[in-house]
Amino acid sequence: MALTSETAAEDVRARVDAIYRAQSRHVLATLIRLLKDFDLAEEALHAAFAAAVEQWPRDGIPGNPRAWLVSAGRFKAIDAIRRRARFDASLTELAIQLDAETSNPADWDDEGLEDDRLRLIFTCCHPALPPDAQAALTLREVCGLTTEEIARAFLAAAPTVAQRIVRAKAKIRDARIPYQVPSRIELPERLETVLHVIYLVFNEGYSASSGDSLTRHDLSSEAIRLGRLLIELLPESEAVGLLALMLLQESRRTARTSSTGEPVLLEDQDRSLWNQDHIAEGLALVERALSLRRIGPYTLQAMIAAVHAETTDGTQTAWTEIVGLYDMLLRLDPSPVVELNRAVAVAMRDGPSAGLSLIEAILARGDLGGYYLAHAARADMCRRLGRTEEARISYQRALDLTLQEPARRFLERRLRELLP
Amino acid sequence: MKYLCLVYSEESVLEAMSKGAFESFSEEHVAVDAELHKTGHSIIAEALQPAHTATTVRVRNGRLSTTDGPFAETKEQLTGFYLIQARDLNEAIQIAGRIPAARIGSIEVRPLWDLRRHEPRAWR
Repeated sequence: MALTSETAAEDVRARVDAIYRAQSRHVLATLIRLLKDFDLAEEALHAAFAAAVEQWPRDGIPGNPRAWLVSAGRFKAIDAIRRRARFDASLTELAIQLDAETSNPADWDDEGLEDDRLRLIFTCCHPALPPDAQAALTLREVCGLTTEEIARAFLAAAPTVAQRIVRAKAKIRDARIPYQVPSRIELPERLETVLHVIYLVFNEGYSASSGDSLTRHDLSSEAIRLGRLLIELLPESEAVGLLALMLLQESRRTARTSSTGEPVLLEDQDRSLWNQDHIAEGLALVERALSLRRIGPYTLQAMIAAVHAETTDGTQTAWTEIVGLYDMLLRLDPSPVVELNRAVAVAMRDGPSAGLSLIEAILARGDLGGYYLAHAARADMCRRLGRTEEARISYQRALDLTLQEPARRFLERRLRELLP
Repeated sequence: MKYLCLVYSEESVLEAMSKGAFESFSEEHVAVDAELHKTGHSIIAEALQPAHTATTVRVRNGRLSTTDGPFAETKEQLTGFYLIQARDLNEAIQIAGRIPAARIGSIEVRPLWDLRRHEPRAWR
């Protein structure tokens, strides 16, 4: 008998853990709306789960665990303020006010209302917060990563990340950044910031800007999770396009690093290693984004990635189509990096000398002089044209500019190969 | 909540405007203020004389010292302000975006801090 109840308790414990993984961010998002304070909501979340661990094995798991947790969290938070009010009388009023404002159980669940998780995403990615704080806060509050995990992912010191998060929360409170999904007029600009933050997190994971590993998988998968959540809540075409882009890039993860950790260029990748599930999902999402009839920069980049994903033999790549897509992208969202990518595609279509003159024009303008990939691309064109000395100089320049250990090894190998 | 919208512009850009252009630019600002008054958003709005007319005052060790010019010498100078009442930062940002000078300069939006009312901070 004792054994059965112990097993039952373990079973409940396992289910609490599962509910925590699946629901804790949603509960937190609702608690922030009710309590209007991030820190108070976080404390309340932990108190609510502590209560669940204690009560559920005895009383059974409630029918709507999320509403139960929100209700328990709300109660614990108000109770905590009341206890503190014994030492600070000014808190009494706050406790009464919070209790009165949040006493309607209909407000505890966001069914039928706007999803609280969407409010949380837009608040964490508010353009009035500094960009590095937007990413850190989103990973902390929306994804539930610890400060230490975020610090490790961005190769920053934990106290620095903690400070960024504290300051961002203080600004949300003191400047009164509202906890809401932006209105229709504000939405395009605000969505752009959200997508930018998600893509920044993805790229930091996909192509770590420094350190000894070429990719940091955790951040990419968090970004993809965020992208999925976003299109579930707000299926705007560019949000769909961004998720497609991330999945199509992610599909090449295994193939783009050699067994020794060096980067493998697209043309040299073993395409049988590409993740077909990611590709199928990415291609379907590209179709979906296009059906929404508003093509933005993320959708265009996803379309370029889709051309590669659909090509099983690299020599058969439809470079003309890719150059055309880059032309559209340049018109929509001009940047020297897009120009560089276009130049590389032109080189694939028309040969290295056509690409080289485009890259030299970009560099001559003074753009991308400090961007190692621009010099690596120039070096590659020169190498293919047999202009060994120029190739050597550019590979060396690229090598001087990168902090990525695997990229350095790749460039060093290319330099050695140039030797007669 | 009250927000101060500080209008920063390059004075050289304003000086370079023709008389007619400057007048209509000024009238646009007055019109925006009138609209914001009607909706209950504007508390007070004024334009400022050029930055070279500014004097900066400090008291150090009980001694008052004045220096010529604005606090910070930057390309863009404080040329005016709107003190507004807004529901939250999102509304304040939308209002700041309506100030015509936002097109050529920048508007800094700063929430006011009410020193008279000590707001409870439950969790500090």
